[in-house]
Amino acid sequence: MIITLNINALPFEVKIRPDEYLLETLRQLRFLSVKKGCDTTSCGVCTVLVDGKPVASCSYLSARAEGHKITTVEGIQEEAGHLADFLGREGSDQCAYCNPGFTLTVYSMKQHLNNPTTEEIKNYLVGNLCRCSGYLGQEIAIRNYLGVK
Amino acid sequence: MQCINKSHTSLGGRGLVLGKPAYTDDLAEPNALIIKVLRSPHAFANIKNIDLNGADKIPGVECIITHKDFKRIAVTRAGQGYPEPSPHDKFVLDKVVRHVGDEVLAVAAINEQLCEQALEKIIVDYEILEPILDFEKALGHPTIIHAEEEAHEMFPIGFEPMKNIAASYNMKVGDVDETFKHCDSVIEHTFYTQAQAHAMMEPHTANARIDFQGRLIINSSTQTPFHVRRIISMALDYPMSKIRVIKPRVGGGFGGKQCVHGELILSAIALRTGKPCKIIYTRQEVFESTFSRHPMRIKVKLGAMKDGTLKAFDLDILSDTGAYGEHALTVFMVAGSKVLPMYNKVDSVRLVGNIVYTNHTPAGAFRGYGAVQGNFAVESAVDILCEKLGMDPVKFRQKNMIALGETSPIFEIMGEGTAGTAMNIESCKLDYCVERGMELVKWNEKFPRIKNGHKVKGVGMAIAMQGSGIPYIDMASAIIKFNDDGFFNLLVGATDIGQGSDTVLAQIAAESLMVPLEKIIVYSSDTDLTPFDTGAYASSTTYVSGNAVKKAGDSMREMLIQEAANAFDVDVDSIVYEGLTIKTIDGSKEISLSDLGNRLYYNEGQKQLVANGSYVGKKSPPPFMAGFAEVEVDTLTGKVQVLDYVAVVDCGTPINPHLAKGQVEGGLVQGIGMAMYEEVIENDKGRQLTNNFMNYRIPTRKEIHSMQVEFADSYEESGPYGAKSVGEIGIDTPPAAIANAIYNAVGIRIDKLPITSEKVLMELLKSKNL
Repeated sequence: MIITLNINALPFEVKIRPDEYLLETLRQLRFLSVKKGCDTTSCGVCTVLVDGKPVASCSYLSARAEGHKITTVEGIQEEAGHLADFLGREGSDQCAYCNPGFTLTVYSMKQHLNNPTTEEIKNYLVGNLCRCSGYLGQEIAIRNYLGVK
Repeated sequence: MQCINKSHTSLGGRGLVLGKPAYTDDLAEPNALIIKVLRSPHAFANIKNIDLNGADKIPGVECIITHKDFKRIAVTRAGQGYPEPSPHDKFVLDKVVRHVGDEVLAVAAINEQLCEQALEKIIVDYEILEPILDFEKALGHPTIIHAEEEAHEMFPIGFEPMKNIAASYNMKVGDVDETFKHCDSVIEHTFYTQAQAHAMMEPHTANARIDFQGRLIINSSTQTPFHVRRIISMALDYPMSKIRVIKPRVGGGFGGKQCVHGELILSAIALRTGKPCKIIYTRQEVFESTFSRHPMRIKVKLGAMKDGTLKAFDLDILSDTGAYGEHALTVFMVAGSKVLPMYNKVDSVRLVGNIVYTNHTPAGAFRGYGAVQGNFAVESAVDILCEKLGMDPVKFRQKNMIALGETSPIFEIMGEGTAGTAMNIESCKLDYCVERGMELVKWNEKFPRIKNGHKVKGVGMAIAMQGSGIPYIDMASAIIKFNDDGFFNLLVGATDIGQGSDTVLAQIAAESLMVPLEKIIVYSSDTDLTPFDTGAYASSTTYVSGNAVKKAGDSMREMLIQEAANAFDVDVDSIVYEGLTIKTIDGSKEISLSDLGNRLYYNEGQKQLVANGSYVGKKSPPPFMAGFAEVEVDTLTGKVQVLDYVAVVDCGTPINPHLAKGQVEGGLVQGIGMAMYEEVIENDKGRQLTNNFMNYRIPTRKEIHSMQVEFADSYEESGPYGAKSVGEIGIDTPPAAIANAIYNAVGIRIDKLPITSEKVLMELLKSKNL
């Protein structure tokens, strides 16, 4: 089937299979920031934003995405750069494979939560696993990025 | 020190957050054939017949390979130096499958759907055999897992396949039985550690193409590109000169990508089809068909005098290597060699045991590599002994632990798979680490427990040591190339897998050349373009590769001084090298590095300056640490929370404190995962019940409350600018420190990892210690 996807505010006409997931479609379109992690919606690595909300693209059907706004890290380079600087300062980027998905979730949290507590931040980001950093450096970076204590 | 002990942001880290293509699959050819592997549903079976049933005739299916397509060449996938201390017991494809998830055959097609169609059509007739699923029953079991005649050891490692023994080991110093007779207090306890999965975020993946020169070009998510090249060459009997292995950015490894994974099947298919192809493991395949941590049963016997002097150490270890013997012997040996020397004043030591085959997912290298298993058992046992002696566990350690200037006979007796290397400890701030850790965790206020109704807080601790590379075996090298405009390429075979080694090595080069970090352009690693390095394992990179980089940098500096002397027409002794500028001593002449570069490449005395350095350790100076856990146990539910974890680490001079801290914090959380949450669980048929992230629980950010990581002010003379390695040490202490903290809180001793709430509650109910 042929659908039109709105990716980072640009229209893409794509041929997909009905059972195709957004992860595959986006990577085939060379949005390579979108990574494959677990295939079962459990690690958060493949996170993209659909209408501003984080979803796991490994289990979100591409056909379902038609008519919605899809955002990948390629679409928020400036904002991602700000967060990247805070992550870098804490030395918490490490392998960085989870970082694009994590960055999108943080970006979404910034839109949706006002002055969040540490507990709220953890709850929002609990689906974004990281095996390298031990999370603490990320946490400091997020708080600095959001300007909260 | 303009570039050392400075927390530079990691090179390329920003670009990776921005999602720039960098990882293995980002570099795959868009038209690559997809490879899927048919995997065994049985824990142990003979393949009697494979009926392709027309699968190979499906349009778009390009290639199907089975064991019949390969010569019978046994290799090890371990990814170690050669000859390996691991048995050669694996074929690319075999007529026997030895664990659920073992490879049966592979299909390559133009897309994944056609692969799946082909796999569904193929009919495999298995003769199901009785598997060994309990590693304590492997010795003397009627089932023989490796009866094939081709399996062999490269040198004596105690390989006895007819007894299901992949390797065995024994050593002794003095006579433990005699020493125990004279001890005031002797304790014996048996501990069990579990299989742990690496759970790196990037699944194992590799892709290949045949280039215009007919060479096999592979991108692989690997920690050991040079070993991968060698193992492909041996397994496929294909010239090494025709293989190029490129390591792009790696999305986490932790040892899980030290071993070869899909590269053998990938290479075979690329060579057969001549077409680009790629293999990406599903998460289920990562769990079932790669590697895990060796589960162990560790019997510890300790003997001490009333005054708290430890006299004798006796360890009897049984290790489960699963279906293949990758790292069987060496992980076992490290369980002794990175634990026993911590208590170097004992009269006698004995370590005996076997590493057995079972029909589990094979075990392999994993951060901590035996040390964490040994540490859990020994550091738990030390607390048990202290309890019996009525002695404070911190004071006991302070009395008995290794100190600066001391040695241990273990260093000389035990290496990794071979004899070791004698050494004196020339940097050791373990005493400071313990004292500072006590302060940070407020030990004196909190030990042993603080009760608050049904919630009880307790503190516990453990000490640890690791190594810095494998002396006289692991070699690293670096090339530094000087360019016009005065900047440098640093080419290293060392493998950045996210730990930040590109950054740390660039800092070392920048320090040696006295230039800002931006002047160093680092590239790692590519078997065609970068010099040899054994790879990212055994806590090697900062110490071994770092020393190689420093040698290359020092050599380049000498060359630049010579070239400046030539330019000024003076003797080298008249030159003052300041990095970005080079002058004569009297200040009469001066040239910038940039101008010197331009002169050398375009104007006068033209030549390319290239320096190289290679390094092989003559010792393996251990990083040390003291770990302190504060836990809270809910005596009604058994729920345990780690409220705080304190780690004070002596890794010499940290080249980059933030990156070093990241290594320790990440290691601690993996150690906390091993201590409390993670376990590979199989059913009675050998099928994993934990083959995804829903059932295999790694710590999320909600389990991590507080960690305090500090570094001791330490300097290792033999290290680059005083550094030792720091990649593994963080994972070693959490299992023992948390077990000890729980004991101190509620008086129950959990000796079988992981320490789940269920186990704690059951023990609490048994002890009625509510």
